[in-house]
Amino acid sequence: MTDIPLTTGQPDRGAGAYQFTGHTLYDPLIAWEANISNHPGKLVPGLATSWKVDAKDHKKWLFTLRQGVKFHDSSEFKADAVIWNLDKVLADKSPQFDAKQSAQVRPRIPSIASYRKVNDYTVEITTKDVDALFPYQLPWFLISSPAQWEKMGKDWSQVAIHPSGTGPFKLDKLVPRERADLVKNKDYWDKTRIAKTDRIVLIPIPDAMTRVNALLNGQVDIIETPPPDVLPQLKSAGFRIVQNITPHVWPYHFSTLPGSPWADIRVRKAANLAIDRDAVVKLLNGLATPATGQMDITSPWFGKPTFKIHYDLAAARKLMAEAGYSKEHPLVAKVIIAQGGTGQMLSLPMNEFIQQSLAEVNIQVSFEVVELENLYLHWRSGAKADMNAGKGISAINLAYVTADPFYGITRFVDSHYIAPNGVNWGGYNNPKVDEMVDKIRTSFDTKVQDGLLAKVHETMVNDALMLWVVHDVNPHALSPKVKEFVQAQHWFQDLTTIRM
Amino acid sequence: MLIYILKRVLYAIPIALSVTVVSFMLVYLAPGDPLNAIAPADAPADVIASLKSAYGLDRPVPVQYGMWLLRAVQGDLGTSIASGRSVTGEVMSAVSNTLMLAGFASFAGVLVGCILGALAGYHRDSWIDRLATALSVIGVSIPHYWLGLVLTIIFSIWLGWLPAMGAGPGGSGEWLWDFEHLQYLVLPALTLSVIPMGIITRTVRALVSDMLEQEFVMALRARGLSGRAVFRHIAKNTAPTVLAVAGLQIGYLMGGSILVETVFAWPGTGFLLNTAIFQRDMPLLQGTLLVLCMFFVVLNLIVDIVQPMIDPRMGRN
Repeated sequence: MTDIPLTTGQPDRGAGAYQFTGHTLYDPLIAWEANISNHPGKLVPGLATSWKVDAKDHKKWLFTLRQGVKFHDSSEFKADAVIWNLDKVLADKSPQFDAKQSAQVRPRIPSIASYRKVNDYTVEITTKDVDALFPYQLPWFLISSPAQWEKMGKDWSQVAIHPSGTGPFKLDKLVPRERADLVKNKDYWDKTRIAKTDRIVLIPIPDAMTRVNALLNGQVDIIETPPPDVLPQLKSAGFRIVQNITPHVWPYHFSTLPGSPWADIRVRKAANLAIDRDAVVKLLNGLATPATGQMDITSPWFGKPTFKIHYDLAAARKLMAEAGYSKEHPLVAKVIIAQGGTGQMLSLPMNEFIQQSLAEVNIQVSFEVVELENLYLHWRSGAKADMNAGKGISAINLAYVTADPFYGITRFVDSHYIAPNGVNWGGYNNPKVDEMVDKIRTSFDTKVQDGLLAKVHETMVNDALMLWVVHDVNPHALSPKVKEFVQAQHWFQDLTTIRM
Repeated sequence: MLIYILKRVLYAIPIALSVTVVSFMLVYLAPGDPLNAIAPADAPADVIASLKSAYGLDRPVPVQYGMWLLRAVQGDLGTSIASGRSVTGEVMSAVSNTLMLAGFASFAGVLVGCILGALAGYHRDSWIDRLATALSVIGVSIPHYWLGLVLTIIFSIWLGWLPAMGAGPGGSGEWLWDFEHLQYLVLPALTLSVIPMGIITRTVRALVSDMLEQEFVMALRARGLSGRAVFRHIAKNTAPTVLAVAGLQIGYLMGGSILVETVFAWPGTGFLLNTAIFQRDMPLLQGTLLVLCMFFVVLNLIVDIVQPMIDPRMGRN
């Protein structure tokens, strides 16, 4: 990261930033279990002790708030604070509205239509449509102190320097672009998550080699995403590499629109069978796991797809031949890729590997290489847009966060989300899937939800909607001074687990 | 002389104005969307539209430029889209860091370059000349990113003498002139200093060796002037050119070497530019470019004014 993420409540700089200035200083109503490493985690009570949908009106959700919780500034957390925070990001006429925080969180809580205080410890939120997946949106919405905003002269830039949440850490010092000092909140309401370290200093070091040098030199104790080629050196010097299954997949998202070279399912399946994923993992020095679908196989939403993704050149060539392609008459396609950037892993070497692998089965891929920021424009616009279809681009390589059902699955397959209405980039339109997604939205039983999500994921894999290559493992390198760090199977890492 | 200075100042005004146009417009040529700096990648169209309106990006570009320039002349460079902080504050903080870094690097580079160049020029074709030439070629051609990494590996990781990154032990955000802080300057300043060192060595060497063959030097020697006195004459004659070259180099270093500042995570202007480009933070990018370009304009103006003070022939011309 190039800067300390926003400290006012809603961090900027993507999902990964929540672990630094989000869930450290603040709490959501519903949290994500992030202090465990052996399973994917689940939704757990945060500032709301419980939540339930209204039996008569499935658009209404009632949240019972935790009592006795205080903000860092000693003011009390009550229903008014929740309403005030919702206004902060959703009501642009309210005095506390903050466009910057709003921009961060509005896309992540799209279902909220209205809200009201029922009593001091109960809040009602109404969704636009019936949406059983709504609770998954709430770990993104963090509660900051209204009293502190008043105290700071109603000035968010002052709140950024002196923030106040209810989280397990307090901000002691902030030097923009250089460091943020977090100190343990000894009075944190969740006694199981009292920080094990008195002080954590966050330092943004965007350059990977500089991060490694700082670790080797002893200036820092933990770094994120060490480059794969320095792992042997780090290990031999006594540093520990910690990694875990991470909801992040590195795929080619195909256009399935008429006229796309990937419209034929045989071609999509052949592409998936042409990749030696173990070799890709080797290329990354072990910092990845082979992907056999959008979700990791351990996910409760993986299901049992009949199309088994593995490396089988012969089967891939056979499928290509059936589709009418050969060495003399290869399939030609253009893929838009990023030259690098957050989450894109080793974009160029990996893409070159894929290019060579696909050539083995008579798929000639050429690349349009752009910066990540530019790639987002192509992504939001969808395959049909002039900037994509007009330039012959029929697939996009963008790593996806797959942490929850909406982010991981439904937004890519729901025909209502076909770009530019959403990020169903390739225009996938399957009425059966739409029907299942609708059922998921109206099924409030988690088991039923999970079962349906698994069915949708099965269909995605069986339809070879994307070329799935690897899952990220979110590696961290730790100095020997770090005695403990529990790496969750998530982007939300719990810094309270760090023990020196 | 006064008319000369006045003319130079007047010449600088249209240049400065052009600089504002270029600083503002260059950013529009880059692909991408500045709102990516604040909106998540999958932000829906209505969020993007309301942000565009909030940041005034939905207005015609000439209107945006006019408003930006009006505020800029009052010292307000706007607000960073990404951080929400004042661009003027961000740039000034980075400028002070880079000034320190560039100051040390320039001082070291100019000093070593002048000494090496003079020695090489005086002892042409000797081993000193060959050594100076080799060092200057290395200084100019070596990738500074690589040199920074090598120096870090040697002095920070192997020997553990100096910090690997950062601009001070941190915490306060304030710089103190003590060893604890100064040690953070050594490696980046050393890495940066090889650029002016190389260029100035080559310039001074060429000037001195050329000067030694001039008739006036022979005449001075024939008149029996001591070596030191002759050197003073040579130094005075080479000074304007060296000054011009050094001025350009200092200006260049003020831009901060993006790569060197990135390698050492030194929060200067190069690092800031890198951040602004990476985040598509238009106000920050425009403000930083403007301040840096203005540095060049002012520095060249100063050089133009100082040169004829050293060599009055230039003022007469």
